[in-house]
Amino acid sequence: MRYLSLAILMIGVAALGACAEGALDPKGPVASAEREILFNSLGIMLVIVIPTVLATLGVAFWFRASNERARYRPDFRYSGRVEMLVWSIPLMTVLLVGGVAWIGSHDLDPPKPIASTEKPLRVQVASLDWKWLFIYPDEGVASVNQLTIPVGTPISFELTSSGVMNSFSVPQLAGQIYTMAGMVTRLNMRADYPGTYRGMSANFSGDGFADMHFNVGAVPPERFAQWVASTRSAGPALDAQAYADLVKPSKAVAPFTYRSIAAGLFTRILSAGLQPPAGHSVTYPGSMRAER
Amino acid sequence: MSLLGKLSWSAIPFDQPIIMGTVACVAIVILATLAWITAKGYWPYLWREWITSVDHKRIGVMYLMLALVMLIRGFSDAIMMRTQQAVAAGDAQGYLPPEHFDQIFSAHGTIMIFFVAMPLVIGLMNFVVPLQLGVRDVAFPTMNSISFWLTASGVLLTNASLAIGEFAKTGWVAYPPLSELQFSPGVGVDYYLWALQISGVGTLMTGINFVTTILKMRAPGMSYMRMPVFCWTALASNLLIVAAFPVLTATFAMLLLDRYLGFHFFTVDSGGNAMMYVNLFWVWGHPEVYILVLPAFGIFSEVSATFSGKPLFGYRSMVGATMAICVLAYTVWLHHFFTMGASAGVNAFFGVASMIIAVPTGVKIFNWLFTMYGGRIRFTVPVLWTIGFMVSFVFGGLTGVLLALPPVDWQVHNSLFLVAHFHHVIIPGVLFGCMAGYNYWFPKAFGFKLDERWGAAAFWCWFIGFHLAFMPLYVVGLMGMTRRLQHYDVLSWQPWLLVAEAGAVVIFAGIICQIIQLATSIRHREELRDTTGDPWNGRTLEWATASPPPAWNYALLPQISSIDAYWLKKQRALAHQAQPAQEREYAPIEVPRNSAAGFSTAFFAVMSGFALIWHIWWMAAIGVFGIFLTMLVFAFREQEEIKIPAEDIAAFDRAHQAEVAV
Repeated sequence: MRYLSLAILMIGVAALGACAEGALDPKGPVASAEREILFNSLGIMLVIVIPTVLATLGVAFWFRASNERARYRPDFRYSGRVEMLVWSIPLMTVLLVGGVAWIGSHDLDPPKPIASTEKPLRVQVASLDWKWLFIYPDEGVASVNQLTIPVGTPISFELTSSGVMNSFSVPQLAGQIYTMAGMVTRLNMRADYPGTYRGMSANFSGDGFADMHFNVGAVPPERFAQWVASTRSAGPALDAQAYADLVKPSKAVAPFTYRSIAAGLFTRILSAGLQPPAGHSVTYPGSMRAER
Repeated sequence: MSLLGKLSWSAIPFDQPIIMGTVACVAIVILATLAWITAKGYWPYLWREWITSVDHKRIGVMYLMLALVMLIRGFSDAIMMRTQQAVAAGDAQGYLPPEHFDQIFSAHGTIMIFFVAMPLVIGLMNFVVPLQLGVRDVAFPTMNSISFWLTASGVLLTNASLAIGEFAKTGWVAYPPLSELQFSPGVGVDYYLWALQISGVGTLMTGINFVTTILKMRAPGMSYMRMPVFCWTALASNLLIVAAFPVLTATFAMLLLDRYLGFHFFTVDSGGNAMMYVNLFWVWGHPEVYILVLPAFGIFSEVSATFSGKPLFGYRSMVGATMAICVLAYTVWLHHFFTMGASAGVNAFFGVASMIIAVPTGVKIFNWLFTMYGGRIRFTVPVLWTIGFMVSFVFGGLTGVLLALPPVDWQVHNSLFLVAHFHHVIIPGVLFGCMAGYNYWFPKAFGFKLDERWGAAAFWCWFIGFHLAFMPLYVVGLMGMTRRLQHYDVLSWQPWLLVAEAGAVVIFAGIICQIIQLATSIRHREELRDTTGDPWNGRTLEWATASPPPAWNYALLPQISSIDAYWLKKQRALAHQAQPAQEREYAPIEVPRNSAAGFSTAFFAVMSGFALIWHIWWMAAIGVFGIFLTMLVFAFREQEEIKIPAEDIAAFDRAHQAEVAV
């Protein structure tokens, strides 16, 4: 039993080292910091957990009824020293890991901009049924199910949803954040290496959910400029009509781009959910929203 | 508006061979069972002794039977999902289309939490708590029967969705806006909501019943600090039920108003806020975890003490830790959505609060360890489950603390890492606990032990199968696989999912072993018979009475002067062997009379629930009126109790004393 679970654990750890994918193979500062926190806390806790498991198995084996050499102490029910120990061990561990949690939550807060001399690239993200729309407001282009970003430049995301909740997740670059209709969430990340990284929705959103993934192409800045230029010169325009067509539910949409975007599109997606049915006037407090 | 609302022949999925095949098999089994009961003429017996019984022991056994049947249903869902994910890689779409796959994972979660874990835990509490407290029944016996039958109503509605209509396709949490009418126009979410509303009322009544029983009905002399630890954990669990389940009921009521009457609590438009649902759901949902796991901790405490031949180490610590968890359970719900954009301070606070729960839990682990230390451990089946739990659960707790770190959670939230984590606490924690309890208290319920060899085989299959099935999920979760994927394009995930599939098959072997264990134990019950009422050399009161206990539990209410009351009594008896047993004076005992109120309420509740799901308003009204009428009839009953004459009690008790003496 113990060998088996240990062996499984070993295989697991070996597997984690071997497979270069997802959160364990970070390609940017945010994901790297998150992986470091994972490993540090795992290490701290294994120091306690492994001896506890070994002690459990050892005690259970030694004090088996058939072992004549084990001393039977039928009245051993309390020991102040032991009590002290059993409360302080987990308390100290939690103090340590809790500190890591407190600092990590603040340092890596998703809306917090990434310290950099470069001006961040703004990308507005909307999750639609069942595809991703990426709007580049400053470049005036947009793409579906394909996110192209320049390496080394911080990317600042604003995210929302046209309807149901989704979660925007690119594990190799940063942790995820939910997209919710009528609300904006924020996420910052940077890719330090060129490459193609898998992105996806990480919150179940209906029948087409399984195909709601996309590739993040991290390319050198000059290639990114070329991409913007070529995108501007071809493809459809994203006006109100095109958006109305796009927002209709569709599955496994092949990536494509829009050469231009209607002004204020993201704000309209954001407020579309907020509109009361015609003829009503409703105001509601912002305090419960992810962001006012 | 037609007479049958939205119901028509098209509600039955004739075009789905998998569903229709399952429905046909289930129908044949049910019909065969009913025919067998009819042929044997068992109906009067069943009606008199079980269906209308208000005896806490009978109700406990019925809860467990319900849970074990639903375990098979929930497991069927599980192995279908595992098989789908094992094959649907690359361009393959597997054998389940999304609309079916989505129902399966929603049903799996709903059934396993509400109709397997909850009835297992509540069933064991029902059977054990009054016996351990040394009393004759729970505070409100008829309400207890209603609770059970309402749970069964929820089960029936959930399973009816298989044949008539569909189940929710939203996941077991049914987050809006996805669960709103706009995005889920079918009856699936309505099945989910009404089934859980009805069974939720039953669960709330169970909570009230047990809090009252434990606070008010202990045997003479049993102060709080003399209560067995299982009763403490049951108290904590039921306090949590009383405080948490109304939140769930209110939340679902709001979603129902949205869906039925066009309200806008959680809708996308008109100022609805779906995040509020998420908050409220987890205000119930996190305490729910402790509702399930605390009684399991109680079982591990009883088992480790009994089979080590020692008192529980650090009883006061255990009580303190239990009550600490009970309170802290309400301070952590936000860790289910660190990814929804709360501020850093909020995330950090709830992250640390979640970790703090690991402290009392860790204390419990150490206390069980020291309970075994210095003992004479008999490796019976309950002990196997307990040690399996201890070595496995600490790793489940470890990954839980990892998930409580917001930066780690952002990475693995909703991934298979998360799925692996909560199965890692619920299976070794709750399920192993209930299996230990089932093996431990079975001889008390039926007067014979369960077969040890098949029991051990079941344990090993479950233990190995569990690790094989869920360790790979940690790996694929870290590799970036999110949960609830009907197919995926990353081929490197597939080998891990194939291993997980193998694990599910091993667990299946474990379930088969349990069925064989039960069947072979029944067949060999004469060899496994226990006439003493105390097969394990137990410490707590339930072992002081006969197995199975009579309807009145104790001929004379025991006088309690310490914890481990029965152990103390046996020690004294050994010390004063020469003394003749004093002559007992028996008095007549009143036991609550059988009542059909529970069954009748459930019948009308199912009628109402089904009618509301399908918008058959007239039938819903009849159902509600039927419940009202049932209550009225019950309120005006003339005879509440039946008196058992002292001679009967004396005869039974003397016979038991004679058997013990032999």
